[in-house]
Amino acid sequence: MGAFFNTLPGAVAQGMIWGIMAIGVYISYKILDIADLTVDGSICTGACVCAVMVVAGVPVWLAMLAAVLAGAAAGVLTGLLHTALGIPSILAGILTQLILYSVNLAILGGKSLVSLAGNREDLLLSMSNNPAAILVAAISVAVLVVALWLFFYTEVGLTLKSTGDNPDMSRAQGVNVKRNKVLGLAIANGIVALAGALLAQYKGSANINDGRGAIVIGLAAIFIGLSVSLKIKPNFVVSLIGVVGGGIVYYIIYSVVILIGLKTDYLKMLSAIIVVLFLAVPYLKGEFFTKRKPVSLPTNPGGDDHA
Amino acid sequence: MLKVTNLQKTFNPGTINAKTALNGFDLHIAEGDFVTVIGGNGAGKSTLLNAIAGVWKPDYGTIEIDGVDVTNMPEHKRAKFLGRVFQDPMKGTAPDMEIAENLSIAARRGTKRRLVWGCTRKDRENYRSLLAQLGLGLEDRLSSKVGLLSGGQRQAVTLLMATIRKPKILLLDEHTAALDPKTADNVLKITEKLVTEHKLTTLMITHNMHDAIAYGNRLIMMHEGMVVVDVSGQEKKRMTINQLLDLFEKASGSAFSSDKVILSK
Repeated sequence: MGAFFNTLPGAVAQGMIWGIMAIGVYISYKILDIADLTVDGSICTGACVCAVMVVAGVPVWLAMLAAVLAGAAAGVLTGLLHTALGIPSILAGILTQLILYSVNLAILGGKSLVSLAGNREDLLLSMSNNPAAILVAAISVAVLVVALWLFFYTEVGLTLKSTGDNPDMSRAQGVNVKRNKVLGLAIANGIVALAGALLAQYKGSANINDGRGAIVIGLAAIFIGLSVSLKIKPNFVVSLIGVVGGGIVYYIIYSVVILIGLKTDYLKMLSAIIVVLFLAVPYLKGEFFTKRKPVSLPTNPGGDDHA
Repeated sequence: MLKVTNLQKTFNPGTINAKTALNGFDLHIAEGDFVTVIGGNGAGKSTLLNAIAGVWKPDYGTIEIDGVDVTNMPEHKRAKFLGRVFQDPMKGTAPDMEIAENLSIAARRGTKRRLVWGCTRKDRENYRSLLAQLGLGLEDRLSSKVGLLSGGQRQAVTLLMATIRKPKILLLDEHTAALDPKTADNVLKITEKLVTEHKLTTLMITHNMHDAIAYGNRLIMMHEGMVVVDVSGQEKKRMTINQLLDLFEKASGSAFSSDKVILSK
């Protein structure tokens, strides 16, 4: 038990950082209705850009800004592959992810790892000081959630929501659906890259393999988080906070599994199993446990049936 | 107001499934006209409306709205001229967004969307009074997700969205076909009220012969991508369903056939 409490602060800090990434995934997956596989690459891009620039002596805030912009550019690329060239969104994401592997290697100067060990005093957070790392991550989450909350209630933000919710309706109301998809993917991957930049600082390095399977961790955080937050209050801010909470829960499960002694080789599989469970259980429940009751659509509670 | 000239559209050209939906279609509609459109299976009614709305480009021909050639204008750009209601009640509204948010998006149709509050308190007051006029009790449910509404309620909201910013042309694509008769009647009444109130130029496809005669000031029947019957004014008002079917048979050389059209009241 003692060992568990020792690992808890680290799990919370990492979970929050991955929760920020999950907010990015939430925007593409839940709001735009696109399963965007760019994130596996763009989180690594964020880490690489930030690490290389900090090592080069650039102020950390500028390095993080550059990381966010690089992530946004990756999102734009996926968006354009999808909307301008007609490539299915899931394939567009895979293609960008592959492109980013080469780009990330180039950013790291051909090495597979860039260490920040010599730049400790420049960094915003580090795994050697978990309470401070949690504080930095929490402030980042708070700023991000408020910014997104404001944005998604602007004229532009509302059309971004409608683009994912009903593209036919959006076009009929004069919304440029293609441009909105590109914009949304840029925002989503910018946020993912921000998480990458924080992660590189926390771990003290950027590795070319960072981010492999990130999309699955993001989805796991979303499903874990929404399973609770939708029951509390189904609104935007609560959902975003829930998603970050989902990231934390995911990392606590992760650290418990390591403590139990599961080989770390199996952790990617574990992430996948969590996602499978969260997707399969509601489906199977619907298949097997609602046979008696006719499936009732949520139409018109307390309204007039004959409009 | 609307000028469609020599419009042609063939789907799957050059294949065994080639289907000419519009075959040199001409139509002029004057400002303030309320035109009902009726026709059998595959007559090209929906193709016509989708061509006007810009869902796809015609193979040949031009479309002018209020003197502007929109033939090559993308769908979201020409939306500023149009109000649209679809056959599928699910298609016209965003289900996961509030009624007020849906109306907000529609109210800014054709304007440049900015980074300012997208649905203000003043907007909400305005929507409340507009919704009250529908008589469905929706004015107290501004913050409800549209997905919670019934099909008829959603069509009524879509109608309000289509007309909240006065369109040059209102396009109604069998917008009551998916509703039960009583609800359909109600939605049609709302339609007529909005059209009259805002003096809207309207093109309404319907599957109901009686409605086609009862509503609007001009009626066209389509057959194989052409207009075969075009009556208006007093002639249309006095028309009976049987007379209409006779006219159709004479003009098209075949009996009216459709598995969907409701011939009697």
